[in-house]
Amino acid sequence: MSDLPLIQADRAVPPPAATTSTGGRRRRLRLLSRTDRVVITLMVLVPLLLVTGFVWLPAAATVLLSGTNWDGIGPLNEIEFIGARNYSDVVNIYPPFVPAIQHNLLWLAALFVVATPFGMFLAVLLDKELRGSRFYQTALYLPVVLSLALIGFVWQLLYSRDQGLINAVFGSNIDWYGDSSVNIWAVMIASGWRHVGYIMLLYLAGLKGVDPSLREAAAVDGASESRTFFRVVFPVLRPINIIVLVVTVIESLRAFDLVWVVNKGRNGLELISALVTQNVVGEASRIGFGSALATIMLVVSLVFITIYLATVLRENRQ
Amino acid sequence: MSRPRSQAEYLARLVPPSVAGINRRSLLAGAAGTGALLGTGLLAGCGDDSGSGSDSKNVSVGSNQSDPKPKDVTAKVMDGFKTSSGIETAINTVDHNTYQENINNYLQGKPDDVFMWFAGYRMRFFAAKGLASDISDVWGKLSGFSDAFKKASTGDDGKQYFVPSSYYPWAMFYRKSVWKQYGYQVPTTLDQLTALSAQMKRDGLTPIAFADKDGWPAMGTFDILNLRINGYQFHIDLMAGKEAWTSDKVKKVFDTWAGLLPLHQPDSLGRTWQEAAQSLQQKKSGMYLLGLFVGQQFSNEEQDDLDFFTFPEIDPSIGAKALDAPIDGYMMARKPKNKANAEKLLEYVGGKAAADITIKNDPATLVANTGADVSGYTALQKKAAELVGSATEIAQFLDRDTRPDFASTVMIPAIQQFIKNPKDIDGLTSSIESQKKSIFTD
Repeated sequence: MSDLPLIQADRAVPPPAATTSTGGRRRRLRLLSRTDRVVITLMVLVPLLLVTGFVWLPAAATVLLSGTNWDGIGPLNEIEFIGARNYSDVVNIYPPFVPAIQHNLLWLAALFVVATPFGMFLAVLLDKELRGSRFYQTALYLPVVLSLALIGFVWQLLYSRDQGLINAVFGSNIDWYGDSSVNIWAVMIASGWRHVGYIMLLYLAGLKGVDPSLREAAAVDGASESRTFFRVVFPVLRPINIIVLVVTVIESLRAFDLVWVVNKGRNGLELISALVTQNVVGEASRIGFGSALATIMLVVSLVFITIYLATVLRENRQ
Repeated sequence: MSRPRSQAEYLARLVPPSVAGINRRSLLAGAAGTGALLGTGLLAGCGDDSGSGSDSKNVSVGSNQSDPKPKDVTAKVMDGFKTSSGIETAINTVDHNTYQENINNYLQGKPDDVFMWFAGYRMRFFAAKGLASDISDVWGKLSGFSDAFKKASTGDDGKQYFVPSSYYPWAMFYRKSVWKQYGYQVPTTLDQLTALSAQMKRDGLTPIAFADKDGWPAMGTFDILNLRINGYQFHIDLMAGKEAWTSDKVKKVFDTWAGLLPLHQPDSLGRTWQEAAQSLQQKKSGMYLLGLFVGQQFSNEEQDDLDFFTFPEIDPSIGAKALDAPIDGYMMARKPKNKANAEKLLEYVGGKAAADITIKNDPATLVANTGADVSGYTALQKKAAELVGSATEIAQFLDRDTRPDFASTVMIPAIQQFIKNPKDIDGLTSSIESQKKSIFTD
């Protein structure tokens, strides 16, 4: 945006007299040198190409493919269009679809209502410079750093029905991963465990940036600790709050890794992202059908993106 | 954590080096076989009029044998081929899960001349799509394969597209010591199996170990019940989408299974097959229907204690002669760069010499060629080979006998749903049928 005035300035330069025959003079009169213009063109073109090539074209291709029954075999010109049949199949005869939508929403609600506020709460506590706060910080952030394979393994050790720690300690006989009424909660605890650390760190960084004089002023005015936080600190942290909100939504929409490690997103752990992967990736190659699922996911994401953009734009206008 | 594609890696380490060492007789037999092949190779060389110049001494092989032991065996077999024919092979090894997941792209791109794959629906599908070459000529020169193996290598058009190399059977495994302790007898009918299970319950054992967290192990139970109740041809037609899942025949399979479920280990959807196998190993369960690879979960000393029987008869008019025994082997790409050499290689890997090399270097494998020298087999292997040899028909396991998309996106959730709620068989079968119709469109 910032280079717009420059370009206008470029245009604003009066055209040289018709008698000057060479373009060389013309170029010298411009405010931007040739290098500048090459750089600007590249800076616009390269990201544009990248975004088009890696985001918009695949997204458009997904939407297109969702209208076909392509199985990944044979040339592209033999693809058969079957209209909206994939979508009607997804909704009407694909049993995992409805649970998947429910689980995604449940995931969003759980992260939003429990994990995110808890992460913020921990950040506030750690901001108090408790003794050993470095240690707690590391301990809480560790799950975010650990590799996915390791996390799957750690929780398998805890949750295994026959050999797991939880059943061994409490003498219970609960099939944590296999019982489809329990396993979504078990996995959400594991997922929340990761999410809390992530939010904690984001929020802690924000808290460190709050001007201490604001708090002092509030204290001088006789505001209590909690009143200071909700009335002074929290509003000041608005940019961080929005980031935290967006991160929470993104994390719940793309939730995938843990359920995939546990049982490939089946039997009570259905999520849209896992269903897309089951259908498209691998030997199954139900590309048309999987694309329909992916498109549905895209539409759901668009709803949240629109809400977010609308909020941000409205704010900018104010 | 996934099912081993070959039993090589686990049985191999169970065999003491003294047994694994080269035995003189098989060495001689191997040399003789090599000599014979060398002869045919030379003769074939004389008649070779393709004249592809400098290329004629090369052939490439796509291999999914990525674990150290099977990889080594593959290399030795290819060395044997080089010695016998003078043709150099370039082995292109890919991790077996990746290999399987990318097979569509691999075959449509620039595949190797010869590639490893499984017998079954997918093999026939690739053949029908023109992604593999007809190798009936090679089969004309092969010997030592039972009719069941030839049937399993044949495409829909009646021509052969596949050369078997190794296999493993699915059966009911048990510990001899446990059965001896309680005086159990091998059941030969479903009633006997039920009675035996009831006795095991009274003795404080879980009758049948069971696990289906990964989705595929329970397919083995469905397969064997279907084979026993409706027979092999129905199984094949059902898997090919030609029979209705809502038919009474399929419902009877699920009904029978529902009756047997209380005899199975409960909460199977959270258990891996390894954990179920350990319950058998720890003498908590009486028996377990699984592939021969169940032995992975047993220590070396316990191998002799492991035994099996084939799943008992349910319908006397069908019998108990069919079983699941997935076969691994080789196929030829649609346009091999050097067809003559690829055919020579296929002839070699299907022959006795390659089988002997495999047994010698990896005494764990069950080789497909019956002409091979099997004196290195353990008692369990011998029995497994006999079982499969006496089988009238060999099924390849549900996920190899049908479309992969149908197996993974429809059947796995459906079977897990059945295990969760065995009562709603009508709802389940009609759901499978409507999804089947949307997948089997051509």
